[in-house]
Amino acid sequence: MTSSLTQSDKRGVAGDRVFSALTVSAGVLILLTLAFVALFLTVNSRDAVYQEDQGGWILTAFFDYAYPLVIGTLIASFIALILAAPVAVGVALYISHYAPPRFSKGIGYVIDLLAAIPSVVYGAWGMSFLGPALIPVYGWLHENLGFIPLFAGDPSQTGRTIFTAGVVLGVMILPIITSVCREIFIQTPKLHEEAALALGATRWEMIKMSVFPFARAGIISGIMLGLGRALGETMAVALVLSPGMLTASLISSGNSTIPAEIALGFPEAPPGSERQAQLIAIGLVLFLITLLVNMTARWIVSRHKEFSGAN
Amino acid sequence: MSKRVDVVDLNVYYGDFLAVEGVNMNIDAQAVTAFIGPSGCGKTTLLRSLNRMHEVLPGARVKGQLLLDGEDIYESGVDPVTVRTQVGMVFQRPNPFPTMTIRENVLAGYKLNGARLSKSQSEEIVETSLRSANLWNEVKDRLDRPGSGLSGGQQQRLCIARTIAVKPDVILMDEPCSALDPISTLAIEDLIGELQQDYTVIIVTHNMQQAARVSQKTAFFNIAGTGKPGKLIEYDDTTSIFNTPQEKSTEDYVSGRFG
Ligand SMILES: Nc1ncnc2c1ncn2[C@@H]1O[C@H](COP(=O)(O)OP(=O)(O)OP(=O)(O)O)[C@@H](O)[C@H]1O
Ligand SMILES: [Mg+2]
Repeated sequence: MTSSLTQSDKRGVAGDRVFSALTVSAGVLILLTLAFVALFLTVNSRDAVYQEDQGGWILTAFFDYAYPLVIGTLIASFIALILAAPVAVGVALYISHYAPPRFSKGIGYVIDLLAAIPSVVYGAWGMSFLGPALIPVYGWLHENLGFIPLFAGDPSQTGRTIFTAGVVLGVMILPIITSVCREIFIQTPKLHEEAALALGATRWEMIKMSVFPFARAGIISGIMLGLGRALGETMAVALVLSPGMLTASLISSGNSTIPAEIALGFPEAPPGSERQAQLIAIGLVLFLITLLVNMTARWIVSRHKEFSGAN
Repeated sequence: MSKRVDVVDLNVYYGDFLAVEGVNMNIDAQAVTAFIGPSGCGKTTLLRSLNRMHEVLPGARVKGQLLLDGEDIYESGVDPVTVRTQVGMVFQRPNPFPTMTIRENVLAGYKLNGARLSKSQSEEIVETSLRSANLWNEVKDRLDRPGSGLSGGQQQRLCIARTIAVKPDVILMDEPCSALDPISTLAIEDLIGELQQDYTVIIVTHNMQQAARVSQKTAFFNIAGTGKPGKLIEYDDTTSIFNTPQEKSTEDYVSGRFG
């Protein structure tokens, strides 16, 4: 029996099917890629943790090798975030809410240009300019604040320290965080901004009342994107840092990061060797750290969902 | 407290575009004044210039005087932020702060003034404000839920509560009922009648019956054509405007023969 209700728009239905099939396969493709990367890393890192001739599992050996690199990676990324995030939020706010409209376009454009600079260039800049420029600063920190373990130890004579690497990373992730924040800040509903202003809010109070709460999730996403880039950045760190043993001091040479270790070590590791497996294994560790960071970010964003204004 | 508003030779611009021209009117304290007129005649523009919200838009500016109990709010040196604490505003679409609870929404204005409130003080402000907004009974059990979880009409009354919590002298309302159902509209109209005892209320409305029901004075605005500035055509007691208007265009408009 066909009534006017059981008939349907055939073409519309087909289009709908095609589109949903497309989106589903795109989603599955991403998951598959992720799974293959994880699988590749896991399978190839076996030799790093299991060696027949060394009596089976050698987890402690691998752990001893990996943990200084993990800590180095986290320190460098942390320094980068601490430096970049406030600046990025400030710049984004200036562009979205303070700068005269004629200006803000230009500034946004310059910031976006920063993102287009290849990381080798940043690395070269850090190695040959920023590092040497920071030497006196390290000397000063050591003399005046040397009692803090972070500034203990001999200050580096080349400036190629984990701190310099962190600063370079900070500059590198500045544009991405700024762009994301700016986009979100601009989208704050006029309605909510005016609600605050009409209650007698100054511009800064309006920003605290309307813009930040609205942009919270976006700021966190921006920072996490930046952190992701900092964690995985290879060239800049490999060039800036003269790698060495783990040390608490930020101003001595020493420390290394996972990406730098892989970049420097991989070309010399014979294919199929234990060394290569080791490098792949710390790659897996980095993969897991990044995954963890992203999941934490999602979790932070999803708390207080009802208060997000999305309803 | 409620204050009288005197508008003297007011011109309101968007950049070079003159949107409202030559308005002169004296708005009584403790009364409801309605602004009516066809779309685009500058009611919103004029209303927003009464609490200096107009100048928030880029390029927007005002010429003339606007006296709040005799003090010109456009005099140089006057801080628009102070003006806005004395002249509150309710918008066309309800706009509670979505990240705040109902309680925080009501107290938002206090937080801005930097007032340190004891728990009992803030409880009292929340309750009296919500009661005056006829919302207390509906929300008293969920003060810690987000304000955005209320119905449209409740949200609008929450916005009114937020506005009256800081005890302004004048309350501006731009079509406060246009997004609401008839029942919520009635609730807000009742509320406006009560607010009149303590505040100077100025309301923009497209609804003639509403203007006739809630206001003592009515101002009719009109434009000669697109691109022309809006002007105040007639301003009188509401009964006169609706029953014995002096101007032909007012009569046409209120009797629905407009355009
Ligand atoms: N942000 C703006 N920039 C430039 N011109 C504007 C702006 N807002 C309003 N106008 C113009 O100013 C004039 C008055 O607009 P206004 O919004 O005050 O009218 P209104 O009487 O409130 O109309 P309605 O009844 O439709 O709300 C119109 O010609 C409008 O196009
Ligand atoms: Mg309007």
